Amino acid sequence: MTESVQKPAGPGRSPVYALVGNPNCGKSTLFNALTGLKQKVGNYPGVTVEKKTGTTYSQHGRPITVLDLPGTYSLAARSPDEAIVRDVLFGRRADMAQPDRIICIVDTTNLERNLYLVHQVLDLGRPVILVLNMMDLATNAGLDLRVARLEHELGIPVIPCEAVNSKGVLELRLAMSRADLPLPRHRWDIPAPIAPAVAELQASLVENDGKQPLIARAEALLLLTDQNPVRVAGSMPLSERTSAILAGWKKRWEGEGIDWSGTLVKSRYDAITRLCAEVVQHAASTGPGASDRIDSVVVHPLWGWLVLGAIMTVLFLSIFTLAEYPMNWIDAQVATLGAWVKGVMPPGDLRDLITDGAVAGVGGVVVFLPQILILFFFLGLLESTGYMARAAFIMDRLMSRVGLNGKSFIPLLSSYACAIPGIMATRTIEDTKDRLVTILVAPLMSCSARLPVYLLMIAALLPGDRVSVGAKVGLMVLMYALGTFGAFGFAWLFKKFLLKGEPPLMIMELPPYRLPRMKDVLFHMIERAGLFLRRAGTIILGISIVLWFLTAYPRHPGSATPQEQIAHSFAGTAGRVLEPVIKPLGFDWRIGIGLVTSFAAREVFVSSMAVVFSVDHFEGGKHADITPLRTALKTAIWPDGRPLFTPLVCLTLMIYYVFAMQCMSTVVVVKRETNSWRWPLFQTAYMTGTAWLVCFVVFQAGRALGF
Amino acid sequence: MASTLKLSQLPVGARATIREFPGHGPAFLRLREMGVLPGTAISLVRTAPLGDPLEVQVRGYNLTLRKSEAEHVVVELAGGQ
Repeated sequence: MTESVQKPAGPGRSPVYALVGNPNCGKSTLFNALTGLKQKVGNYPGVTVEKKTGTTYSQHGRPITVLDLPGTYSLAARSPDEAIVRDVLFGRRADMAQPDRIICIVDTTNLERNLYLVHQVLDLGRPVILVLNMMDLATNAGLDLRVARLEHELGIPVIPCEAVNSKGVLELRLAMSRADLPLPRHRWDIPAPIAPAVAELQASLVENDGKQPLIARAEALLLLTDQNPVRVAGSMPLSERTSAILAGWKKRWEGEGIDWSGTLVKSRYDAITRLCAEVVQHAASTGPGASDRIDSVVVHPLWGWLVLGAIMTVLFLSIFTLAEYPMNWIDAQVATLGAWVKGVMPPGDLRDLITDGAVAGVGGVVVFLPQILILFFFLGLLESTGYMARAAFIMDRLMSRVGLNGKSFIPLLSSYACAIPGIMATRTIEDTKDRLVTILVAPLMSCSARLPVYLLMIAALLPGDRVSVGAKVGLMVLMYALGTFGAFGFAWLFKKFLLKGEPPLMIMELPPYRLPRMKDVLFHMIERAGLFLRRAGTIILGISIVLWFLTAYPRHPGSATPQEQIAHSFAGTAGRVLEPVIKPLGFDWRIGIGLVTSFAAREVFVSSMAVVFSVDHFEGGKHADITPLRTALKTAIWPDGRPLFTPLVCLTLMIYYVFAMQCMSTVVVVKRETNSWRWPLFQTAYMTGTAWLVCFVVFQAGRALGF
Repeated sequence: MASTLKLSQLPVGARATIREFPGHGPAFLRLREMGVLPGTAISLVRTAPLGDPLEVQVRGYNLTLRKSEAEHVVVELAGGQ
């Protein structure tokens, strides 16, 4: 190929750079170092893949847009994230132009494998800058790299870099500022049996798909490498003519027994091996590295479980203990704010809308933040140190029993704290179906919002002074076990019948352990929290106001007590309408009100019960004394005089809360993460349906047995 | 005399050279693209605590794969084993 120089970008428009690299190569760190806080996170239209763009400045102060593409090992995509990388780089996206230039970042300690993606990118016919990250680690490992020689061989700027210390970032910025970046001088011999097919496909792509010749060649090579390519919405499909040519060649080779795809990959690796032989000199190997020594404990058949257990214990203790203070503080602030508004505004519907609807709704959104922040801080730490991959490695065998892989473990585990960050954490699962199944079952893990309901029901079920702590703990454990087995059972069902697919791959890199960079971890944590507030917050606020409206209207005439008001509200009507449906579970319309209102969040059930059974001075929340409420529940009766909250009903209610989707925030987050209302609606239906069914069986069987 | 066996049967710590594995299937394309090719040197580092998946070392980095995938990979033990 001839060496040529790209024309400088036109005046007024600065070039757009795409940043690509393997996972774990330090790409995010480099992106943060380049763009600082000037980042925007959005979505590619129609796909749940995050689009991250940032702005950096050239040496002359001109803004340069940098697009951070998801990490990938190859352009032959296996997941929606990887498909986005491929389609953006090939200019197949309808929503954006092909990036002008490409920055390829590689982990220098692992050059051969990282160069495979670079090798594919060099074909694209765009100017490329190669960033050799972790240069210090490579040097320490005894690697001697001739950078000038590599630059000469590839014909592109090659910049040694230590992104964690921002070393080399200035040099990269200087290279990015160049108006005349050269095109790669990139030679490799396409294997002889494949070459005619590449030429024919290239010609057809130019003619029938309107591609530039260079990119058409790259695309032809990709078409011949890929098997069952992943498609995503918003990307342009191949023309019929080109597809026919491709199918024709594949059929012919199949007859001749030629492994075209393997041959292409091998010839690329042969070229890379030759290149590495010229530019790399290895010192004598220094034996097992630090990572290997750490792993001999961390994934040890015995110690491995202890380490995993210890890390998870610390994680949960921090969420439950640390998050409590800011959550109580937020609750107090919201209460103060509500009281203040009540003080300064004249009584009326508008005041109630603001205090009980809007302020309470904002509080309901913000109160999730401490858990989300803490969880994502820990997840960021686990990810950036490299432990996350080890946890997936250890848990894969167990997860594979239900057809998932080890990567679903952390999101599911996080859901014990709160399903929202758990569902947000499923983005690390590449396989679309696995990710969806994980999202669908995550809310079955008993989250912290169920605790107040469990505690109230256990208190009502077992009078504290007579029954041993053991029975209480046993009931609690039973609820957690029910949810967990439910989650795994449904995961198995969904994988077997609903979202059938190839068994998920467990081909995963175990990156060397690295010290986390706090700045990146904190950055990631704040970004997640911001996304939750922006994407879910508004809808949750809206639903909160609707739910408030349902309890506050229609207004009960005269000066009604809160109990009379809620009984005559839409929620009260809904409770009565629901009664025939929930009566077989042992619930009356007043419990029905609790089921309706606690769709806002499960713990609302407790405060609703306090209103419905008119407990004075009930403060709500986890730490309130539930004794007066417990006493009120014990005296509640059916119209015919039977007690309402029998032990069996209390147990049934707990089981109902284990399974039912009583959390609008989860519904909203699932909608955001799956990009449609279809899955959250299905999820709500299957969870609440299961809840009803299990409760029906338990209640009816219990009654038949005389409880 | 070179002896071939399945990657899934390789003892922990043993070094070998990959001889062949299937050309089709997403797992095998991804393995190739990550540098696991016929002719590549490979060693079995360890297995996960429950015996599956396996951790192997290729081209200086560590990779996991399931036994069900490793069963299809034929390797030849390196000399001196």
